[in-house]
Amino acid sequence: MDNEELSRHIGRRSGQILFALAFVALSALLLSQIGAETKWVKRTKFFAQPRFWPAVGLGGMVLFGGLHLWRLPRRKIDRLDWREGMIWLQVLEYALWFMAYVWLVPLVGYLPVTVVFLPLMVWRMGYRDKRLLWVSAGLGVCIVLLFKTFLNVKIPGAVLYEYLPGAMRSFFILNF
Amino acid sequence: MDLLLSGLEILARWDVVIALLVGSVGGVLIGAIPGVGPAVAIAILLPATFSMDPIVGLTVLLGIYGSSMYGGAIPAILINTPGTAVNALTTYDGFPMTSRGEARRALSLAYSASFFGGVFSVICLMLFSPVLAKVAPMFGSREIFLAALLGIILVITAHRGQTLIAAALASFGIWLNTIGLEPVKYTKRYTFDQAFLSSGVNLIVVVLGLFALSQAFYLLQGEDEKTRITKLKGGLFQGLRELARHPRVAGVSASFGVLMGMIPGVGEFTAQFMSYTYAQKTSKQPDSFGHGSSEGLIAAETANNAVPAAAMVPLLALGIPGEALTAMMLSVFYVHNVVPGPQLFQNDMPFVVALYLALLILNVMVLVFLLFSTNQLIKVVKIPNRFLGVVILVLSFVGVYSLRNSVTDCVLAAVFGVLGFVLKRLSLPVVPIILGMVLGGIMEVKLRSGMARVKTPLDFIDRPIAAILFVMILIVLGLHIRRVWLDHKHLKEAKWSNKHSSTRFGAHLSRRKSFLLAERGKKRRAERSMFTRPSTDKD
Repeated sequence: MDNEELSRHIGRRSGQILFALAFVALSALLLSQIGAETKWVKRTKFFAQPRFWPAVGLGGMVLFGGLHLWRLPRRKIDRLDWREGMIWLQVLEYALWFMAYVWLVPLVGYLPVTVVFLPLMVWRMGYRDKRLLWVSAGLGVCIVLLFKTFLNVKIPGAVLYEYLPGAMRSFFILNF
Repeated sequence: MDLLLSGLEILARWDVVIALLVGSVGGVLIGAIPGVGPAVAIAILLPATFSMDPIVGLTVLLGIYGSSMYGGAIPAILINTPGTAVNALTTYDGFPMTSRGEARRALSLAYSASFFGGVFSVICLMLFSPVLAKVAPMFGSREIFLAALLGIILVITAHRGQTLIAAALASFGIWLNTIGLEPVKYTKRYTFDQAFLSSGVNLIVVVLGLFALSQAFYLLQGEDEKTRITKLKGGLFQGLRELARHPRVAGVSASFGVLMGMIPGVGEFTAQFMSYTYAQKTSKQPDSFGHGSSEGLIAAETANNAVPAAAMVPLLALGIPGEALTAMMLSVFYVHNVVPGPQLFQNDMPFVVALYLALLILNVMVLVFLLFSTNQLIKVVKIPNRFLGVVILVLSFVGVYSLRNSVTDCVLAAVFGVLGFVLKRLSLPVVPIILGMVLGGIMEVKLRSGMARVKTPLDFIDRPIAAILFVMILIVLGLHIRRVWLDHKHLKEAKWSNKHSSTRFGAHLSRRKSFLLAERGKKRRAERSMFTRPSTDKD
């Protein structure tokens, strides 16, 4: 591929081929399932068929994804592509942190989990400054107060709150 | 006048006033922090606004949308990092001004230009509303389908150099929207017999994943940037006076902003590009552009701030969002059973006017806030990136989980977060996915109802507006094909300018062969083969 063509490419080059290949493969796989996953209804116009729009979407994905893959400046996977792929995998760790947070909130409670989670994650990210850790814990309290207490956002009370005595139980379930 | 008064009446509530205040101040803060754009904030706040009145919820979101670009100019000018993506052009002239010790002048000019752009567009649209109210009812199912199709084509073609992948991602959005139980024939589509997929993939879950979680992952994965901020001294009022010296640049840029904002899929970048080019071409000092030109700064900031109000036009009048932020706002309308579209203009005009008035008041509030608090505000630029990532991660939880208290939604959002992260790393566009989802849904419904009374394909475009929209689609496609062809030609020219012959090795060999086989070639070969064995070929 010519330098001129490479210079016109937008963004980083490594990893493009991996993404394009995965996208086209997944699209083709989904398109191959269209017969089983959608229905063709008799006595219904073509444009009103339940299969019509999934076919448009998947057809577009395969066609344009394929063309994008074909027009890529470099169509060979090399070492840098794999390195980029590893960076994508590293992010899964943060996704797991997020899922752990999601899993713990209904069990332990929005306030306690947030107040512990924020400084813990800040610690994980390499910050050791005590002031920043306290700030993050305080921020956790503020977030809970803002969303759960004042804006009444729908976050259910935790299982652990059930063990609190009398009035405190309902107060915690409602506000924290 | 009556309309104005009834619009003001809608706004005269304490909760709307608080929403305006929170939206404007919050928007400026969010804009000023590089790494948190209005899309992240709006995505997180969306579910929280569902429990509010439509006008209150929309005011908060509009506030963030309208004021984030004011805030985004601060880091663009002071540290050469745009606070929001649309402030990128501000760095061209803003930062050179800071480098030569004119940070205060640049900031004040940016605020004034933004204010002018914002107010100009709101006034334009308020004057334009009666016309819009007359035109909007002419849009039936076919017209809305064609307008949505035009919107999606414009969004795709706007991604110059990435059109193919933008089209593929928009198709992905269209497909995502079809997952679940189909509402007319009640058949399942791509549910793979999983109960959680029967209700479909929620737009807000996708939005939160692609915008908020992906941004959190991006910040967490990256490094903290060291920033040095110039201390500001003196007042910030001189920009208004300086702006008054360039009425032509400001007026034309604001008009570009209004026009481009109204066209779905075009938005701030095109408006800015056109205004900046116009300002440079008509300037007495075109060489100063990119080196701290006040006209360049005015053009960039006026154009981008004129867009938000204009972008509300296709959303309110036709129910068609032109970009990601208005697509998110559409869900607020749907939750409250307020269906934007021609009916809204016919039946609830005061509501529309109230929204415009809210934007107008917002601009005044933001300007006043910025004029007095910039010195304190610039400190937010110093928040470390990865710390910010942690905060966005925690806030994203509120957005996703509060929607239906579903862990599955959170898993889906995390998956889209990783997808968004990959797209961000590769500089591939995210917006076509969201618009594919929203516009795909609109197109499906409108095509079905539009085709009900159509016998031949030409019947579909037999009404004047449908015909105009169809011609516009053809023009956009034609222009795009022309541009692709010209790009291809330029590329080929660039290749040829470096080489004397065709770049293809096969073509080179073929020419060599034909030369050797030609009469003159044979003669030359014979001459040169004096020192080699004579050929045994028979003539």
